[in-house]
Amino acid sequence: MTELVGQDTVKFIVFQLLDKEYAMEVDVVEGIEKLMSITRVPKTPSYVKGVINLRGVVTPIVDLRERFGLETKEMDDNNRIIIVSLQDFEVGLIVDAANDVIDIPLRSIEPQPEVVGSVESEFISGVVKLDKRLLVMLNLDKVLQPLKRVSSDEY
Amino acid sequence: METNQYLEMFLDESKEHLQSCNEHLLELENNPQDLAIVNEVFRSAHTLKGMSATMGYEDIADLTHKMENVLDAIRNSKIEVSTEILDVVFKAVDYLEEMVLDIEAGGTGKKDVSELVSTLNRIEAGEPVSTAASVAETAAAVEELEKNNAPAPSMEYDEFELTVIGQSSEQGFQAYEVTVELREDCLLKAARVFMVFEILEKSGEVIKSIPNVEQLENEDFDEKFTVVLLTKEDVSVISAKVMKVSEVEHVQVMPISVDALKEVKRAKEQEATKVVVPDQETIQKPAKEEAAKQQQSKRSPAASHSNKTIRVNIDRLDVLMNLFEELVIDRGRLQSIASELHNPDLNETVERMTRVSGDLQNIILNMRMIPVETVFNRFPKMVRQLARDLDKKIQLEIIGAETELDRTVIDEIGDPLVHLIRNALDHGIESPAERIAKGKPEEGTVTLRAYHSGNHVFIELEDDGAGVNRERVLGKALERGIITEESAATLTDKQVAELILASGFSTAEKITDVSGRGVGLDVVKSTIESLGGYISIDSKEGQGSLFQVQLPLTLSIISVMLVELDKDIYAIPLSSIIETAIIQTSDIMNAHNQKVIDFRGNIVPLVNLKDIFEMEDEDGRSDGFQSVVIVRKGEKLAGLVVDSFIGQQEIVLKSLGNYLQSVFAISGATILGNGQVALIVDCNALIK
Repeated sequence: MTELVGQDTVKFIVFQLLDKEYAMEVDVVEGIEKLMSITRVPKTPSYVKGVINLRGVVTPIVDLRERFGLETKEMDDNNRIIIVSLQDFEVGLIVDAANDVIDIPLRSIEPQPEVVGSVESEFISGVVKLDKRLLVMLNLDKVLQPLKRVSSDEY
Repeated sequence: METNQYLEMFLDESKEHLQSCNEHLLELENNPQDLAIVNEVFRSAHTLKGMSATMGYEDIADLTHKMENVLDAIRNSKIEVSTEILDVVFKAVDYLEEMVLDIEAGGTGKKDVSELVSTLNRIEAGEPVSTAASVAETAAAVEELEKNNAPAPSMEYDEFELTVIGQSSEQGFQAYEVTVELREDCLLKAARVFMVFEILEKSGEVIKSIPNVEQLENEDFDEKFTVVLLTKEDVSVISAKVMKVSEVEHVQVMPISVDALKEVKRAKEQEATKVVVPDQETIQKPAKEEAAKQQQSKRSPAASHSNKTIRVNIDRLDVLMNLFEELVIDRGRLQSIASELHNPDLNETVERMTRVSGDLQNIILNMRMIPVETVFNRFPKMVRQLARDLDKKIQLEIIGAETELDRTVIDEIGDPLVHLIRNALDHGIESPAERIAKGKPEEGTVTLRAYHSGNHVFIELEDDGAGVNRERVLGKALERGIITEESAATLTDKQVAELILASGFSTAEKITDVSGRGVGLDVVKSTIESLGGYISIDSKEGQGSLFQVQLPLTLSIISVMLVELDKDIYAIPLSSIIETAIIQTSDIMNAHNQKVIDFRGNIVPLVNLKDIFEMEDEDGRSDGFQSVVIVRKGEKLAGLVVDSFIGQQEIVLKSLGNYLQSVFAISGATILGNGQVALIVDCNALIK
């Protein structure tokens, strides 16, 4: 890690939702998978698509479009599942497409401007302008807060 | 010295020794005159002292040293065993446990022991037993053992062995020195030794051997060896039996008497005390060895079998289990492929593999079984302490501590049982005065019982205390709004008793430290249910209560019934299923907006799983029949309506992970043969 701090650039994975490009650090990404059969889990928020069998590990899947309140569309061949690994758990994120891996100079990351489209601002940790591309950095800890059951079913 | 690699061993052994201290101290409290018990505790403390000093944990070494001094004074009859003294010693053991746990957690194992040390000093100070004297004695013991190791087989006995010999002669056992000489051309000396030991152990108890057992096993002796045997049998019988072992040249059996031995010992000791006492540092290492050797000679009967077991790190077993779970998933996949292909050779092979892996599964599950003793053994001390705190007289009986349970269950069951015992002690057993007034014995009895039955383990806690007071429980439940006035009258005694497990219920008029703030019992209930178990209460007012906990043998691989719900497959644990049925839609009745069916004379509410799981319910059951799985939770039944039954299967339980915490009515997931994930239905959540 100390090396990383010394470096000027960090590798980011760039993916697409609607017409926007988003980015997350390569470190948290475990892998990128094609769509596979998802088992629904009842009584969960609509953005939780269900669980998949990821090489023997039951992994929950979140549809990022729905998580951000964007319009939904039919899945196609471009759709990818990005498996991210946070502190306590792994989650797969459904995105429209995973484009490439790029080096981003740390200096070029700016705090988010007041309005960045329709995505709730708490999910965003910053923006990067690279040539003519605008990349939105995700705050994964906020996007993927563990779901606890808070309802009258609790006893 | 680099000690890290020994740390784990040190921790394991320290815990063992502390546990044995605890057990023997409790025993000692019941038989204060039994010096053999003091010796056991002394031995454990001594080993612990040596180990901790070697590892550099000075505080542990210090405290055990002082404890040892007090024990030494006791076994030399310089001070009398009393409850006060035992309290202090118990406290010392508590401190030691804390320190060992601290080390395990990565701490330094340091703790302020000065107060306790000075208390121990004060106890000890009643007598002129100085540290120097005890060091001298240790030196003597070391000296003596060194002599023991010398090849010349002249028998010498330490204090402990003398006590054992003395006590057994009071019970009519005679001690013999049996010297066996093997033929010079004997090839398998260790095997012959083993046979001799087996014969001797059948007729009595072997308490000592020269050379020691390890040397005997390694064939590290000439043709002769000597054992000390306690038996009721006659000289000629013993020698005749031993002679039956082939390749035995000669047997000599010589009776020995305690008095004569003591004489010899005294003379030796006087000689030994003259030896210049080396300083503390240098003595500790030999002291450790000495303790280890003492133990060996004591364990000699068992030692000859000890090579049949090995210690395996529990993590390795977990890895093995995980790998096997993968195999079970693949087995399921193979089965489904084979059933599609209809190739007889493939079918046969898959069947064979299924059988073998089934056996393998049993073996692996068995390896992970641990006796409930590991949970139970902390209770006697806890009960003793609580009884004193509460000013009650209570006897704890433990039955079936050897009953085995899966490690995963063992890990979880400790806290609920502590709650139950505390509850029984605090609310169950009455104060001595009350008990006498009721015509009961002054001392209350609490029985903790564990046993296997079918695919389950039962743990029962029975007390002969006050039992559940129906009026008080009902009053409280009404007050708390747990039940209504109307339902109160119709409840059976058993149902009333089970109210105390409801959340927000606490009958103790005043809150005590012991059973906490009334959060205890409902937590117990939910923990046990989350383990897939049940708890029930049987209580007779004035005569006591019986808490029965039913637990599954294992949690990792379970049998389920697979069902289909709107093209998704769900698994229902077989342990909750009573039976499956196909009912006619016309048989469904309505009661207060609740669909019910008449099932073998019982009115069973129907739960439509699709409604519960908020699935679209396209009306596809025009045939007028519905598939229902009858499940139970305790005594209550419910019928789960599903689309269709698929069949029974063994599955591996997997968690949904930390992201999806507690999804309603889903207890986990599993991976089916076709690679799909199936969710496991939590029947407990569906029945209120």
